[in-house]
Amino acid sequence: MKASLTLGKVSNFIGLGFFTTLKDLFTGKLEKEDFKNFLRKTIVPLASILLFIGLWHLGAKSLYNIEAEFKIEKALTDQGQAAADALTACIASGESSCQPNTLPSPSQVWESFQSLLRDHNIISADKAAFAEKTATLNAKRIAEGKDAITYTGRPSFVDQIFRSLQTVFAGFLLALLIAVPLGIFIGLSPTLKSAFNWFIQIFKPVSPVVWYLLVFMIVKTLLIDSNEDSSFTISFISVGFCSMWATLVNTAMGVSSVDKDYINVAKVLKLGTFQKIFKVVLPSSLPLIFTGLKITLSVAWMVLIAIELLAQSPGLGLFVWEEFQNGANDSNAKIIVAMFVIGIIGFLLDRLMLTIQNWVSFDKTDAI
Amino acid sequence: MSTTTKSKITKKEARDGIFPSSDVMLDLKDLKKVYPTRKGDYVVLEDLNLQIKKEEFVTIIGHSGCGKTTMLSMIAGLNPISGGSISVLSKHIKGPGPDRGVIFQSPSLMPWMTSLQNVMLGVNQVFPDATKKEREDVAKYYLQKVGLEDAFHKKASELSQGMQQRVGIARAFAIKPKVLLLDEPFGMLDSLTRGELQDILIEIWNKEKITAVMITHDVDEAIFLADRVVMMTSGPKAKIGDILDINFERPRTRKSVLEHDDYYTYRKHLIDFLEH
Repeated sequence: MKASLTLGKVSNFIGLGFFTTLKDLFTGKLEKEDFKNFLRKTIVPLASILLFIGLWHLGAKSLYNIEAEFKIEKALTDQGQAAADALTACIASGESSCQPNTLPSPSQVWESFQSLLRDHNIISADKAAFAEKTATLNAKRIAEGKDAITYTGRPSFVDQIFRSLQTVFAGFLLALLIAVPLGIFIGLSPTLKSAFNWFIQIFKPVSPVVWYLLVFMIVKTLLIDSNEDSSFTISFISVGFCSMWATLVNTAMGVSSVDKDYINVAKVLKLGTFQKIFKVVLPSSLPLIFTGLKITLSVAWMVLIAIELLAQSPGLGLFVWEEFQNGANDSNAKIIVAMFVIGIIGFLLDRLMLTIQNWVSFDKTDAI
Repeated sequence: MSTTTKSKITKKEARDGIFPSSDVMLDLKDLKKVYPTRKGDYVVLEDLNLQIKKEEFVTIIGHSGCGKTTMLSMIAGLNPISGGSISVLSKHIKGPGPDRGVIFQSPSLMPWMTSLQNVMLGVNQVFPDATKKEREDVAKYYLQKVGLEDAFHKKASELSQGMQQRVGIARAFAIKPKVLLLDEPFGMLDSLTRGELQDILIEIWNKEKITAVMITHDVDEAIFLADRVVMMTSGPKAKIGDILDINFERPRTRKSVLEHDDYYTYRKHLIDFLEH
C-alpha cells in the first residue's frame, strides 16, 4: 500500500489529474466509460487552447493589416506614390525595419521565445568565460582583502525570471514572518483584535504602488549610508506588505475559531499556553493559514511585476518595461512571452502551495 | 416560602446527609446557574444538592435542555458557578483540571494526531516526571483496554466515530482522574456500537473504580451502568427530582441485568418520572 506512490497518485495530488488519463490512453488501459471523461478532461482543454491560438493568429493578422494599410497610406499622403510602393515591397519582403508594430502573432511570439533562450545561452557562456578568466585574479584580490570583480553584463531573460522568483519568495517570507505570528496574537486576544482591526481594514485595500512609495521613503533614509543598490530590498519589502493581508486575516480567523471541543480538552488537561498554541490551536488552524498563504503568494506574484517596474529592480517587471520602452521590432513579442511566463509561473506557484497545503493539512479528504 | 425552604432542608438531609463525609468524592451544595439575559435572569439550575460516594457510578437522566450538561460542565470547571459550591474530596474546585476527566459527547480528538498521541497529550501533562517509555506504556495500556491495539499510529481522522470515542475513553482513564465525567458519550453512536462501548466502559470501570458521573438519555444505559440513577426535573430552575438505587451485583452482564426481576420495576420507575 505504501509503496504504490505512483505517478498517477502524485499528479492527482498536485491537481494535474489529466496526466493519468493521458498515460492510460497511451498504455491502452482506458475503459470505454472513461472515454467521455477523457474527452472532457483532455481533449476539450487541448481543443480550446488550439482555438485560442487560432483566434489570436487571425486577430493578430487583421491588426497587422490595419497597421500596414495605415502606414502605406501615410507614406502615400506624406511622401508620394514611390515611397508607398517601396514601403509595400519592404513590408512584403519581411524586412524587420519596416514591419508594422502591433499585436504579434503566435509564431512571432514563439520565435521570440526561442531567441530569448538563445540569448540566455550566449550570456551564460559569456558569464562562464568571464568567471574562468577572472578566477585567478579574483582569488588574488580576495587574498589581498579587495572585492572580487563581478560580471556586470546584461542579465538574460532566464536570469530575470530567477531574480523575480527571488524577490517574490523574499517578499512572501517577509509576509509569512509578519502575518502568521501577528495573526496568532490577534486571533488569541480579543483586545489585540480590536486594537488592530481598524489598522487591517484601512491598509488592506491600499494599492501596491502606494506601498512601494511608502517603503521607498523609509528604506531610502535607512540605507542612506549604504552604497548598495537598494532596489531589491525595496521591492521585496513592498511585495511583502502588499501581500501579507490575506494571511493575517486568515490566521487570525483560524486561530479565533478553533473548535470549542479542542479548547475544552486543552482546558481539562490544563495544557500550558505554549503547548495549547503549538499542539492545539496552530494545527487546527493550519488549513485556514494555508489558504491565506496561498492567496498571499499569488498576490505577491501579481504585484511583483508592477513593483519591479517602479523600483527598477531587475526581474520580469523591469524586463517588460524595458521592452516596452525599447520599441524594437520584436519587443511586443517579447512582452507577450513574458506574459505567458508570468502566467505559467503564477499557476505553478499556486499548485506548489496547494501541494504543501494538502501535505500538512489533517483533513486530506476535504482539502483537495 | 419558609415552609418550602424548610422542607427542602429536610429533604436534603434525608437524601444527601446519609453518607459520612469521608466517603464522599463529589459534593454539590446548593448549586445554582444563572444566565443573565435582557429580559432578566434565566435560572437554569437552583438549589441543586447531590453527593456522590467514592467508587460510585451515577447516571443522570432528564429531559433535553433541563441543564444536565450545564451541571456536568460546571463540575468539569468549564462553566462558572453562579451560586453554591462544588467540591472534590471536600476541596472546592477552581476551574478545570485533570483530576476531573471528561469524556465529551463528540469524541473531541485532535484529528491531526494519532490515537496514541491523543492519549499521550493528557498522560504527558499528568505524569511529567515519568520517563517517556513509562508514559507511552500507560497510554498503550489503556488503548489496548479499549480494543485499539492495532490502531496506535492511526490518525484520529481515519477512525470511525465509535473508534474515536474509544480513544476518548482511553484518554480519560489514562490520566487517572479522581472523578470521571461523561456527557452523553454514546449519544451519537448507532445502538450496536453503543452496546459495545458500554461493555468496554464498564469493563475498564470495574477495574479502576473511578467515581463516575454520566449523563444519558437512554433509560436502559442508565440502569445497566449505574449504582444510582439521578433524575433531574425539567428546567428552568431544574434540580434533583428523584434518585433510584440500582442494586444489581457487579460485575454485571447485560444478560443478567435484563433477566433480573427488578429490571422492569426500575425501568418503570424511570419512565414514569420522565413522563410526568
